[in-house]
Amino acid sequence: MIYLQLFWSFFQIGLFSIGGGYAAMPLIQNQVVDLHHWLTMTEFTDLITISQMTPGPIAVNSATFVGIQIAGFGGAVISTLGCILPSCIIVSLLAFLYFKYQQLTVIQGVLNALRPAVVALIASAGLTMIILAFWGEGGFVPQLSALHISSVVLFFAALFILRKWKLSPIMVMAGCGVIGGLLYFIP
Amino acid sequence: MIDKPKKYWKLFTSTFFLSSFTFGGGYVIIPLMKRKFVDDLKWLEEEDMLNMAAIAQSSPGAVAVNASILLGYRVAGVVGAGISILGTVLPPLLLLSVLSLFYTAFRSNPIVSAVLGGMQAGVAAVIADVVISMGGNIIKEKKLLYLLIMAGAFLATYLFHINVMYIILVCGALGAIQTLIAHRQNKKKESVRP
Repeated sequence: MIYLQLFWSFFQIGLFSIGGGYAAMPLIQNQVVDLHHWLTMTEFTDLITISQMTPGPIAVNSATFVGIQIAGFGGAVISTLGCILPSCIIVSLLAFLYFKYQQLTVIQGVLNALRPAVVALIASAGLTMIILAFWGEGGFVPQLSALHISSVVLFFAALFILRKWKLSPIMVMAGCGVIGGLLYFIP
Repeated sequence: MIDKPKKYWKLFTSTFFLSSFTFGGGYVIIPLMKRKFVDDLKWLEEEDMLNMAAIAQSSPGAVAVNASILLGYRVAGVVGAGISILGTVLPPLLLLSVLSLFYTAFRSNPIVSAVLGGMQAGVAAVIADVVISMGGNIIKEKKLLYLLIMAGAFLATYLFHINVMYIILVCGALGAIQTLIAHRQNKKKESVRP
């Protein structure tokens, strides 16, 4: 039963994440955190961090991570299969259409309209992560004492470095991790 | 022509190797594939690769997986597609399985927790950076429909917690309708002309 749920959830993630890269992230959050409560928001953010630091697409990484936590290695394989099955079907179909009609203006129009939606969805997932980093699992509280000042400083420093010098995200995250670890030793 | 088992093995090792070194996923894999399969192995023409990239990016799912399905099929048929999917999926599957075990064992350790806490701020900044870049490009296009879609999709997911699946479907449908209307208007203009 759990195998079926994992398969179906990741099938939907595979089917509706259009645009590559971060597009899968809000869908994974929706399925794994909001709908099924397989991961907490902290675990989900850790997962995205790990996905960024390791090779492979976020969706495949997530399928493995969630699958193994919920149902062992078998769960990881089932989730991964679920996540790539839509690709197998649709890629074959699109390849056929593409070579038949070359220019598919309607598909292009759909993709163009999806871009702003995907940005909005990523923004929403990102905002949830910022709130988690700043206030912890409890969420937003309008009190200065509840705010993790070190995280706020790290966030803005990292964002500044990314915007200004276009440093690789892996380096920036690793740097933030090192600073986070060092801060632990400072009382 | 090299014999089949050799070709399959080469396909597997090539995709396995490429997948092992594609960090963060996404579009990075396309130029790497081009270098390997067009320049090195000469199994494909450059134009094939461009077509594949276009299809891989237009299809749902991970771009790396989509591209490897097309590549494998092109090079060695259905078996080839299966082999290159395996080569692409195995590295993250194995690595994440191992990391997942470490994660459960170490997450409660206070130092690991402090490091991951710092990384949470870092990954939030990476996402914010991506959103600023992508959002900025869309705002620059100055198309009302796209701005409305962006604002609407954000409110729908963040405030109203509407299932992401429906948001994608509705926005995709809006794009299709808009294209069809534009198409019809173009045709009208053409027919008015003498």
